[in-house]
Amino acid sequence: MSTRRMIGGEIILKALADQDVDVVFGYPGGVTLPLYEKIGQQNRIEHILVAHEQGGVHAAEGYARSTGKVGVVLATSGPGATNTVTGLVDALMDSIPVVCLTGQVTSHLIGNDAFQEADTTGITRPATKHNYLIKSTGDLARVIHEAFHVATTGRPGPVLVDIPKDVILGEGAYVGPDEIEIKQTYKPQVRGDRKAIEEAVEMLAAAKKPIIYAGGGVINSGPRASRLLTELVDMTGYPCTLTLMGLGAYPASRAQFLGMPGMHGSLEANMAMYHCDVMVNIGARFDDRVTGNTAEFSPKSRKVHVDIDPSSINKNIAVDVPIIGDCASVLRDMLKVWKENKLKTDKAALKKWWARIDRWRAKDSYGFDQGPDVIKPQFALSRLNELTRGMDIHVTTDVGQHQMWAAQHLHFEEPNRWMTSGGLGTMGYGVPAAMGVQKGNPDSKVVCVTSEGSLLMNIQEMATIANYRLPVKILNLNNKVLGMIRQWQELFHGNLESECDLSGSPDFVKLAEAFGFEALTASHPDEVDDAIIAMLESEGPCFLNMGVDRFESVYPMIPAGAAHYDIVLGPDDQRAEVDDDDLAMASLA
Amino acid sequence: MAARKPRKAATKRELAAAKDAIQEHTFSVLVDNEAGVLARVVGLFSGRGYNIESLTVSEVDQDAHRSKITIVTNGTPMIIEQIRAQLERLVPVHRVADLTVEGPSVSRELALVKVKGKGERRVESLRIADIFRAHVVDSTNSSFVFEIVGDTGKLDAFIELMEPLGLVDVSRTGVVAIARGSQDM
Repeated sequence: MSTRRMIGGEIILKALADQDVDVVFGYPGGVTLPLYEKIGQQNRIEHILVAHEQGGVHAAEGYARSTGKVGVVLATSGPGATNTVTGLVDALMDSIPVVCLTGQVTSHLIGNDAFQEADTTGITRPATKHNYLIKSTGDLARVIHEAFHVATTGRPGPVLVDIPKDVILGEGAYVGPDEIEIKQTYKPQVRGDRKAIEEAVEMLAAAKKPIIYAGGGVINSGPRASRLLTELVDMTGYPCTLTLMGLGAYPASRAQFLGMPGMHGSLEANMAMYHCDVMVNIGARFDDRVTGNTAEFSPKSRKVHVDIDPSSINKNIAVDVPIIGDCASVLRDMLKVWKENKLKTDKAALKKWWARIDRWRAKDSYGFDQGPDVIKPQFALSRLNELTRGMDIHVTTDVGQHQMWAAQHLHFEEPNRWMTSGGLGTMGYGVPAAMGVQKGNPDSKVVCVTSEGSLLMNIQEMATIANYRLPVKILNLNNKVLGMIRQWQELFHGNLESECDLSGSPDFVKLAEAFGFEALTASHPDEVDDAIIAMLESEGPCFLNMGVDRFESVYPMIPAGAAHYDIVLGPDDQRAEVDDDDLAMASLA
Repeated sequence: MAARKPRKAATKRELAAAKDAIQEHTFSVLVDNEAGVLARVVGLFSGRGYNIESLTVSEVDQDAHRSKITIVTNGTPMIIEQIRAQLERLVPVHRVADLTVEGPSVSRELALVKVKGKGERRVESLRIADIFRAHVVDSTNSSFVFEIVGDTGKLDAFIELMEPLGLVDVSRTGVVAIARGSQDM
């Protein structure tokens, strides 16, 4: 074992380099100055100076989700560390591998209410998958390597390492990633139980009304998992629905793709979830935005749940066949069992099932009516989808109506192309995430779909984007209102607009120009295509301010806590009367 | 220590057997004795809204830096399964045993019970203490401190009997528990 004594700051950089880190998103501060001295003396690792640490974490998330690598953040003690908290919880909820290094006050000052001191490990304990406070320089390399291991294996997540100033300044031995022993307590289960897999596959083959419901776990498992999922769906001829986190795991253009399930999912996906007799959940977590009322969730189906995290299983919905394991590994074994046993689907039953699904699909639940004057946000996004077809494109979004419309109208053929804050629903995610995506994919068109409320939450990162000349495109669907708040107030809270008006927002065009963006506008349906093309073709960072209908609402909608058959298709439609069977089912429930 | 077996989650049928009945379970959790480990466990319970009826913790292996946490909690079968899975997910946790379902176990709690009184009441408290095999560990002319060991129900009963005899103060350790038989954890 080769041990070399080094200064703490050098150990950190060497450990990052040995973990194959090319870029870190950071912001310097008092206690991290000795580390920044070392950063300034090297060019192996690029440092992106963000404008705010929250932006740094979202950028790292965008980088991680689009490249499959770990996103790395560097923040100082106290306010630097507390600013990362929202980003860390976001990464925790969406299972994104992020390593966040924070500075801490000198060891002997800890607990003294020192300048810029905060109990960072205490604050971030429930915000991370795991965290560490390093006590001596000798532990530094081992802990950083362990942090990368924990962040990337099992169910991925954010890991924070808190490093006191004296540890950065001190001297200690360096150990490489292969020289450390990983804690015996941490051993995620990758292979699924063979018997459970056989049972699941037999159930799947015998199904008369099957659905495959896949989520972010497939994306996290790597591109191979998406290929295997696609093989399974194509081989069986079964319908497939993908959650918000799973979009791109199966090609959206194929007929077997039903769209997204849940609150703003498609009619066909939700009705198929409700009426199916076998549901195979692969890497999704029966989130409340998908299940609605759990007591009435898919009442007649037998359910298989594949998840690498045992705590996801039976958390919201009790299942018949639980399989703990990595999606790619379990999918491979499922395909193997299917082929070995030469299983056949029930073609006649499947034909009937598809006929029924096609009747739901014929309702065109994502449809909208683009009138002559005001741009409908759905129209803008479906044009963006059309005009970027075949391009090397990545999309990030913020949170709210525009996010749901983007999920409905943008179609992804591959994984790792779609970055959105699903679990935490963090407004302010989109712009910094796009920055991280562009850093990891310099040649791709990276488009951030946002709207004013979210945009203003981390607008400072436009400065970073311009500063580094990252050619990020921001499409601001400007409706002068917090649209999702307005929609819920209209539908559920007395039809009274309360504190959601944004008509006093700044002039975003001037603002974008001040940040160093090229700024474009569109306010008429006829201008949409030209504006989007101009945005996509611009050389550097570009901002398109698109004025859209203030009063548009997202449909379909399953009200919170309602059952799937309570889906509402549009403002004039109090219940989707889809076919007689459904009504009979609804009246029985 | 025995190697950890691969985890298998419960099936719907197993969970449905007990429906929504709230059950009390005692978990024994072997952890690395490192800074913040108790906070992780306690934070997990408070953050996810699980109950803690009793919690004890102490180092059990100085050389390996291992501590054992005994937690008495309650919930529906789905919640109990969640608690177990969530505990197992914590990085410093070596092993989680649900002593309520994994074969027979013994559990004990210790209480120090202070009783103040004179005359017949004082003698009566001593008599009851004798029946419960409680020891006197401190005495003044007008008070006793009794040490009593037993399961939670025995301690509850003793304390209830001391109430009318001049109960002043109680300190309880919380439950410690261990599986019966020759197996280690």
